[in-house]
Amino acid sequence: MSGFDERLKQIKSQIKETDVDSVKERWLEASDHSDLHLIDVRERDEFVDGHIEGADFIPRGLLDLKIENEVPDKDDKVILYCGGGTRSALAAKALEDIGYSDVESMAGGFGSWKEAGYPVHIAETLDEGQLTRYSRHLRIPEVGEKGQMKLLDSKVLMLGAGGLGSPAALYLAAAGVGQLGIIDSDVVDRSNLQRQILHTDDRVGDSKVDSATQTLKALNPDITVEGFETRLTSDNIMEIIDGYDLVIDGGDNFPTRYLINDACVKAGIPNVHGSIFRFEGQATVFDPKHGGPCYRCLYPEPPPPELAPSCQEAGVLGVLPGIVGTLQAIEAIKLLLDIGEPLTGRLLSYDALKTEFRELKLQRDPDCPVCSGDPEEIEFIDYEMFCSFDG
Amino acid sequence: MSVSVRIPTPLRKHTDGQEVVEVDGKTAGEVLENLAETHPGLRDKLFDDEGGLRRFVNVFANDEDIRFLDKLETPVEDGDEMSVVPAIAGG
Repeated sequence: MSGFDERLKQIKSQIKETDVDSVKERWLEASDHSDLHLIDVRERDEFVDGHIEGADFIPRGLLDLKIENEVPDKDDKVILYCGGGTRSALAAKALEDIGYSDVESMAGGFGSWKEAGYPVHIAETLDEGQLTRYSRHLRIPEVGEKGQMKLLDSKVLMLGAGGLGSPAALYLAAAGVGQLGIIDSDVVDRSNLQRQILHTDDRVGDSKVDSATQTLKALNPDITVEGFETRLTSDNIMEIIDGYDLVIDGGDNFPTRYLINDACVKAGIPNVHGSIFRFEGQATVFDPKHGGPCYRCLYPEPPPPELAPSCQEAGVLGVLPGIVGTLQAIEAIKLLLDIGEPLTGRLLSYDALKTEFRELKLQRDPDCPVCSGDPEEIEFIDYEMFCSFDG
Repeated sequence: MSVSVRIPTPLRKHTDGQEVVEVDGKTAGEVLENLAETHPGLRDKLFDDEGGLRRFVNVFANDEDIRFLDKLETPVEDGDEMSVVPAIAGG
């Protein structure tokens, strides 16, 4: 017997092996396998060709480096499989050596799984270009290939391609959020360019939706942009919002902010809110479906027009929406990937002059006119057009 | 009994540009009333005709919204911080 065969035999006698029937029973047939980790330790091209559905993919060469992220608790049960049962046996030994107490290797590997006629899953995976483009995401355990696929499959609706919408849309496009919807009825004005970095001087007079689409597609041709060159009204909002996973509210007036809030509650999707005034910005996540408040829990009604002169008079430091809009983009990514703690129920307030971030607690109003009742019965209100509160 | 009230940017023209105003009072309502007394321009920005807090202005005692505490009756203590947070629409 050769040295390797001898060594393999010795290792197999030291580790625990299981068979494909037992894995099928515990993985595919069990209603809950939350305390069980199934890991495919083959190479990427083998995994792409087909694997056991739901299995995590960590090539054997990276197992020692990545296992603690995937399986932080060393007493959890881990089942490893490879092509024929050899690499997973060696990998099982390696995991035991670094302290994992309950590791099994699937004898016969994926070959035996297929021979037994058990289902083979072929997942959508990133292509070569995407592997390069998103490589810095792929290295973060919280994102990884699964998370990146999720982003590519996501749809985010931007209310406004202005000060807040510009940085938010740029970063979401760059991050590979598969579809961005952009609602804006304005054309690019030279006075926008101090902060609205989606647009350029040679596009003054062009529609913002066209300009934004051009910029975003140039940054990342991988995504699609759906433009809505229209004012939001109670008549078109549900049609526009349909199919989107969340909304980024970067609106510049109260009527559309209330409309988009009410529509998000009705559609059951989160509304990532941001607003700015001179040197001060606010951001939060309205997500009543997951227990948080909505915009109307915070402000039941917009201020009357006489207390809210036009936005042009208000003024804003051009960089400020850069901070608030990117905060909105990060919240959106977290919500799409279901990671971290979103700003739900917390109002983040940023004072640029003092460089001070503060957090205020927001509560869901049990008597909220919109989110306390049946979402089906929400009726939209078209408020008279006006903008900011400037006492 | 002095409370620091944070004045948001849109309302600072009524406080001579001050972002924090020290005001006396034992409840949130008393503090706001005294604030409006010394800075009259703030009165109709904070209160409606019936003397209630306007619905597009929120007031926080420390980091809690007083609407979900005892509203204007919410007790405040020496050294507490109150924040006036109006709805802003700019984007």
